[in-house]
Amino acid sequence: MKMKGQALTISLVMACGIAVFVMSLSTLDSLQSAQTAYYDQYRFAHVFAQVKRAPNALRERMMEIPGVAQVETRVVVDVILDLPHFREPATGRLVSIPQDRPPRLNGLHIRSGRHIEPGRKGEVLVSEPFAEAHGFKPGDGIRAIINGRLDTLRIVGIAISPEYIYQVRAGEIYPDDERFGVFWMGYGELSTAYDLEGAFNDVALALSPGASEPHVLYRLDLITEPYGGQGSYGREDQLSHRFVSDELAQLRGMGLIIPSIFLFIAAFIINIVLSRLINTQREQVAALKAFGYTHFEIAAHYLKFALSLTLLGSIVGVALGAWLGRALTDLYSQFFRFPSFHYTLDPGIAGLAVIIGGTAATLGVLNAVHRAMKLAPAEAMRPEPPTVFRPTVLERIGLQHLLSPPVRMILRQVERRPWRAILSCWGIALSIAILVVSNFMVDTVRYVIDFQFHTAQRQDMTLTLVEPRAAGPALSAISNLPGVLRVEPFRSVPVRLNHEHRSRRTGIMGLSSERELFRLMDMDEQLVDLPREGLVLSEKLAELLEVELGERITLEVMEGRRPVLETHVAGLLRDFSGTSAYMDMRALNRLMRERDTLSGAFITVDPNELNRLYETIKNTPGIAGASLKRASLENFQDIVAENLLTIQLFYLVFAGVIALGVVYNSVHVTLSERSRELATLRVMGFTRGEVSLILLGEMAILTAVAIPLGLALGFFLASITVQALETENFRFPLIIEFSTYVYAAVAVMGATLLSGLTARRKINQLDLVSVLKSQD
Amino acid sequence: MEVSKNPSNTTQGTTSEESPPRTGAEKEAVFRARGITKTYRMGEVEVTALHQVDMDLYYGEFVVLLGPSGSGKSTLVNILGGLDVPTSGSVRFREHDLSTFDDASLTRYRREHIGFVFQFYNLIPSLTARENVALVTEIASDPMTPEEALQWVDLSKRMNHFPSQMSGGEQQRVAIARAIAKRPDVLLCDEPTGALDAETGILVLEAIDRINRELGTTTAVITHNAIISQMADRVISLSGGKIIGVQRIERKTPVRDLAW
Repeated sequence: MKMKGQALTISLVMACGIAVFVMSLSTLDSLQSAQTAYYDQYRFAHVFAQVKRAPNALRERMMEIPGVAQVETRVVVDVILDLPHFREPATGRLVSIPQDRPPRLNGLHIRSGRHIEPGRKGEVLVSEPFAEAHGFKPGDGIRAIINGRLDTLRIVGIAISPEYIYQVRAGEIYPDDERFGVFWMGYGELSTAYDLEGAFNDVALALSPGASEPHVLYRLDLITEPYGGQGSYGREDQLSHRFVSDELAQLRGMGLIIPSIFLFIAAFIINIVLSRLINTQREQVAALKAFGYTHFEIAAHYLKFALSLTLLGSIVGVALGAWLGRALTDLYSQFFRFPSFHYTLDPGIAGLAVIIGGTAATLGVLNAVHRAMKLAPAEAMRPEPPTVFRPTVLERIGLQHLLSPPVRMILRQVERRPWRAILSCWGIALSIAILVVSNFMVDTVRYVIDFQFHTAQRQDMTLTLVEPRAAGPALSAISNLPGVLRVEPFRSVPVRLNHEHRSRRTGIMGLSSERELFRLMDMDEQLVDLPREGLVLSEKLAELLEVELGERITLEVMEGRRPVLETHVAGLLRDFSGTSAYMDMRALNRLMRERDTLSGAFITVDPNELNRLYETIKNTPGIAGASLKRASLENFQDIVAENLLTIQLFYLVFAGVIALGVVYNSVHVTLSERSRELATLRVMGFTRGEVSLILLGEMAILTAVAIPLGLALGFFLASITVQALETENFRFPLIIEFSTYVYAAVAVMGATLLSGLTARRKINQLDLVSVLKSQD
Repeated sequence: MEVSKNPSNTTQGTTSEESPPRTGAEKEAVFRARGITKTYRMGEVEVTALHQVDMDLYYGEFVVLLGPSGSGKSTLVNILGGLDVPTSGSVRFREHDLSTFDDASLTRYRREHIGFVFQFYNLIPSLTARENVALVTEIASDPMTPEEALQWVDLSKRMNHFPSQMSGGEQQRVAIARAIAKRPDVLLCDEPTGALDAETGILVLEAIDRINRELGTTTAVITHNAIISQMADRVISLSGGKIIGVQRIERKTPVRDLAW
């Protein structure tokens, strides 16, 4: 077949559309089924609560709450770890497990080593990410400061838990596997170390099917309140679950929006290309009709052609999509810890992709064949009367002297068959748009990184105290830590915000009025002033709470005396991440009826003094944690680079292939439509170069028109994508760098040029004699 | 094998003096083809389109190549016009050997020296009559203006019409104007009246004849219509890829008097 190149590129465009679609949806599918299976198999709890100290006997009362199926009480404490090979302070979360039986809820999956054994002292299981980050193996020892005493924990096994699929320290967004690890330890030993024998400070509940979660939360709060309960919450407020769900939601956005755009553009392009291709075979269609073939037989003939392309594209696309999906799933498995993470390809997904592609191809064929068949056979057998042309708009307005006959040829062609020109233009514009969409995420992420970590936040480190302290002495203590240059206090209060029937657990961040380090900024990079009274909420949080500016809002404080307070919403903040609430620190102190109190501070540090600072922090019991901005930045970049950008790379490559496929086909279809004219010009003494210019001139004009159209379309699709990717934790601004537009435009121009060069080969091979003999 | 007899130049030179406007230069051949053979491969079969053909074409003469379809006349003209190259043999255009030309040289040769007219006109439908001619005048080195060229075929009034707005005869005359606008050395016409009725065909032939006489352009017309050969200086008959006869027309019939 002479159209080998075209057939191949059509299949390739199809394959790319299908591959992206299959890759994303099958990865999403695999992730979701892994999550569900994990939760079921390892009995992930539905409701969680922390208390100060409650007797184990309270478990019976909790079991009596209607709808509660299972209750597991535990001791959970955070400790500072002393890792000899690691200078920076790391946090360990110690979670108690029964020594004699598996946990009733939140079961552990042991990756290597063994379970702890009753009666053996200091045995722990360590979470896999932390073990991997530090290279710990069963048999290694770790020193930790447990209730003020240095103790050695002996690792006997490495485990994962559905509670920590996404292992992130409270108050942070990105997991930091080097500085935060979970340890599971025998209840007896841990409760003794913290004087909690026969008692617990953390509880997890499983609900029976159909139970009312709000009702259980309410009853549980009543039971735990006398014991320093900090308010119970469901899975949606459980850190790991929330992040995993968020990631899945984001993947769904990516996995549906962009691949659907891809697949539909690919389908649309196939439709255009096939219908143009068949249009060039008008005469053959008429001839077949003259021989007595029925419409059905002719349509079937071309359908077979289209469907064989679809079949080829589908096989390649599904195989490629499955391969990439597997790779992507592997990527996620380093990030989300599941006991088994099998990549599965639902035949339904592959089937759907193939059906969309096949439908597009079929429609393209039927449309073209129908048009060809409208022609009476005799009409097509006769030499075709010259097509009707007229001067173009440009010439009619008096610019004809500027145009040479070849340019007029090009313009009149375009103007005479505007529909064909529009379709070609659309195809090219769509491939430009796809390139913009594939690339803009990188711009956006770069911008967010720069904004978050350089423009808005200028601290080197955030120190968090174990308990809120009086501001004066705490500030001077922090200032006196080695290497500390500048200190900016903050007061953070864990609360539940209630507005009408809506409620949300979050923290209120009280910031000092002079903010040099932690600068509050909105999306437009404008500094935000904190009013003297009232809360400033993330727009997202306000949306979740359905609260508007100026409205009253209730806050249940989740620490200390747990007062229930009321204030008003004094401002809304358009920000990129989290669901935060901010307040002037003094206003927050006043609201809490406390004297100047702080929970921690942002600091800048003399880099030469870092080691001494780390040493001091490790040995300062009052400091619960130190988070490094550099570490957050690295974590953010790791996550973003490993996920988003990897997917973007696939998209980019596919977009390139699609762009090339469109342009290649447009050029070659144009070439076959115009071969007679081009051969005539060659006979008259036009050189190959001159003839190529006429052919490519048309493509150049269409490309020139398509570029602004495609860029605008790309902007539009990018803004849809940004909206689709919005989750509670992340919101992306629509940032498209000039270079992204330039890249898309240049790539498509390159594709045009490349296709032109291949067309040039065909022009060189034009059979001048036979073309002139034919009647066209 | 020696069926294709080439009449000697000198003997014919004397007899041709009765022919209309001629000068002494006619004795010089524009083309001198010797032993050209052209074979094509059609799948498994090898087809010989021309076999050991010798032929000369002289300055200013009007030659008709007569033969049924498949006789090889188009192949011969295509080789002379630089659209095709012989499988063996040599073709000299003046002092140049066309069989050694590469594609670029052949293109330049067609551009500067040859005007083509085809059965199906091959006008560019998107361009007006004037623009179709201008297409050529813009790349030629010493062209006439498009207006002048169209005047030669008596189409000045239809200059701004598109091919779709013209009759077949008019379209063919535009094609002739386009062919002569570059002031070619040779005008090659392949069945120029093949798609036209007799009346319109006469008009087209008149235009070709006028150009041959008044511009002195060496002209070769391919046809299967023997009647047309009556207007020629010389008729070369082909059959089965060989020249089977050359006839000098002593009394040319005026085009107007031709009828078929």
